[in-house]
Amino acid sequence: MSQSQPSTRRLARRVSWETILALLLLIAVAGGTFLNKDFLTSDNWANLLANFVEIALMALPLSLIVITNDIDLSVASMLGLSSSLLGLLWEYKLAMPLAILICLVVGALCGAFNGFMIVRFRLPSLAVTIGTLALFRGFAYIILGDKAIADFPPEYTGFGIGVIPYTFIPMPFVLFIVLALIFWVVLHHTTIGRSLYAVGGNQTAARFSGVNISRLKMLLFILSGVISALAGIVFTFRFSSSRADNGTGFELSAIAAVFLGGVTVQGGKGTVTGVVLSLLLIGVINNVLTLADVASEILRIVTGSLLIISILLPNLIASTRERLRLMQRQKEIAKLGTASVAK
Amino acid sequence: MTKELKSSADGHGWMNAFVRSRVGSLVLLIAVLTVLTTALNPRFVSPQSLKDLMLNVSIIALLVLGQTVIILMRQIDLSISSIVGITAFLSGTLFINYPGIPSVAVVLIAVLAGLVLGTVNAALIAWGRIPALITTLGTLYIFRGANYAWVHGRQVNAVNVPGSFLAIGTSTFVGIPLLTWIVLILLVIFAIGLRQYRVGREFYAIGSNPTAAVLAGINVSRRLATGFIVSGAIAGLAGALWLARFGTVDATAAEGIELTVITSTVVGGVAITGGVGTVVGAVLGALLLSVFSSTLVFLRVPSFWQQSFQGAMLLLAIAADAYLAYRHALRSRVKWSHV
Repeated sequence: MSQSQPSTRRLARRVSWETILALLLLIAVAGGTFLNKDFLTSDNWANLLANFVEIALMALPLSLIVITNDIDLSVASMLGLSSSLLGLLWEYKLAMPLAILICLVVGALCGAFNGFMIVRFRLPSLAVTIGTLALFRGFAYIILGDKAIADFPPEYTGFGIGVIPYTFIPMPFVLFIVLALIFWVVLHHTTIGRSLYAVGGNQTAARFSGVNISRLKMLLFILSGVISALAGIVFTFRFSSSRADNGTGFELSAIAAVFLGGVTVQGGKGTVTGVVLSLLLIGVINNVLTLADVASEILRIVTGSLLIISILLPNLIASTRERLRLMQRQKEIAKLGTASVAK
Repeated sequence: MTKELKSSADGHGWMNAFVRSRVGSLVLLIAVLTVLTTALNPRFVSPQSLKDLMLNVSIIALLVLGQTVIILMRQIDLSISSIVGITAFLSGTLFINYPGIPSVAVVLIAVLAGLVLGTVNAALIAWGRIPALITTLGTLYIFRGANYAWVHGRQVNAVNVPGSFLAIGTSTFVGIPLLTWIVLILLVIFAIGLRQYRVGREFYAIGSNPTAAVLAGINVSRRLATGFIVSGAIAGLAGALWLARFGTVDATAAEGIELTVITSTVVGGVAITGGVGTVVGAVLGALLLSVFSSTLVFLRVPSFWQQSFQGAMLLLAIAADAYLAYRHALRSRVKWSHV
């Protein structure tokens, strides 16, 4: 059967979304190198990687949440709350390590609140996290108002803007590399990872095969809260600024990266590699456009379009494939029909 | 509907039924808030502040009509705020570039522009099979980005807009602003359309059970498309009215109001899980939110508290819906277990 298929179609089935993303990334890098001589400098790459580190951090737990067929729209608000809280605690002369710890705990509590509403009351995650998107951002405004706190200690802001000596890798980016490795191992090489796919594929079947769905979802949302708070801390040190509106709208970029990475909305599919590749792709595209002096509003249009295309494209491929398969089937049936008539 | 029947059958009387129905409890809440705030500050019910309240709620209430149709089908439209922003600036630009253009023409063009943008959403959702959340989140940013690129730091001011157009937002008829009249008329049309007409019932059917809707012969893709096109056109109208109400429009006009609109709709009893709710309830939800925020202003609560209150109200509303649905399910199970 497979031998009779044209080789192009066989190829199309073998090429994974990750390969396509890697190719697109190569094209984008080549284009950037060709368009601008500053693109391949280590300074620029340090800048490029630093610019999406918060979004990259938030995208990791978010992709697990999307794999289980849920969503967390409140990530950017938890980032803003954590950033504001860090500023406030620092202003109250709290020791920085303690302040950071409190921010992470508050992030965990925010995530636990999301998880509690979703798991305990069986509410749709979309509705709950739209609510907490406003609620958590509102808390940030309540504690900080329109103030801005900027006088953070140099050893911490140094971490925010520094690079690892002799490389172009920004210090905060190391956090992302470590976390991405952990997520990769957990998702692809442990039973927890397998059960995440099972929940996303068919929740009822997963429950009957002994997956504790409530605990799993709760853990995912808490994880999302902690890592969003971490992203808020990174953001604060990177810009040496704590404001209530920090990171407004970042949820779009994080969600775009997750979907572009091949995690589907129907749940049950996606890889960490895909998400990392799509993050790099978005980072490179944004960087190339910025180097070419393209205005920031165009960047918004690009991110929005990427989000839509990332789903439209696989959908179109799938529906074309389906149509071809149906045509093939009809042809075979017609052939069988004429054959039996001939007998 | 069934809720009211059930409680009267239980013998608690009409008072109980009134309180238990969403419309009843919303009216009660609005009344309580008004009485309390008036007791603390009698200026709360002065004609001027009532007029302000009506004007404040009108544009949100208008957008709530479109959003209700969408949420009834278990979908969501986040892009409305960006459509309002674009069409508001478009209306202003028309007045500047074509002096003497009739106001009706401007409103029609704005509605048409909103309809076109709604069609983009509709095509992507109904035929591109992209979930509404993703599509409208994408177009929220695309439309707003396009708006920023087009506006490019410019601004439409009240002096550029003819007084006859601004009168929509300032003059009144029988004590009610013209803007509010427009919304009230559309509210009646939507209420009747959703209750009595086939199209309206199909929206409910799709939201209650999509599979059953397909089996019942409803063209779900076409109805989804209708919904998003209607929502876009409504947002276009809201854009023109935004200009009439505020006079000044820049690139940030209406940014973020999608959250207020969705919160109002859900607080008004339109279940986020689809198939349940009425436009009258949804508009009362918008009114409640508006009264609540003016209460906060009158009580001198810092404006920074507004956003978290709104989020909390949305969460309370969906939790209440889920609780009622759970109780309802529990009761019907008990009832059927006797058979």
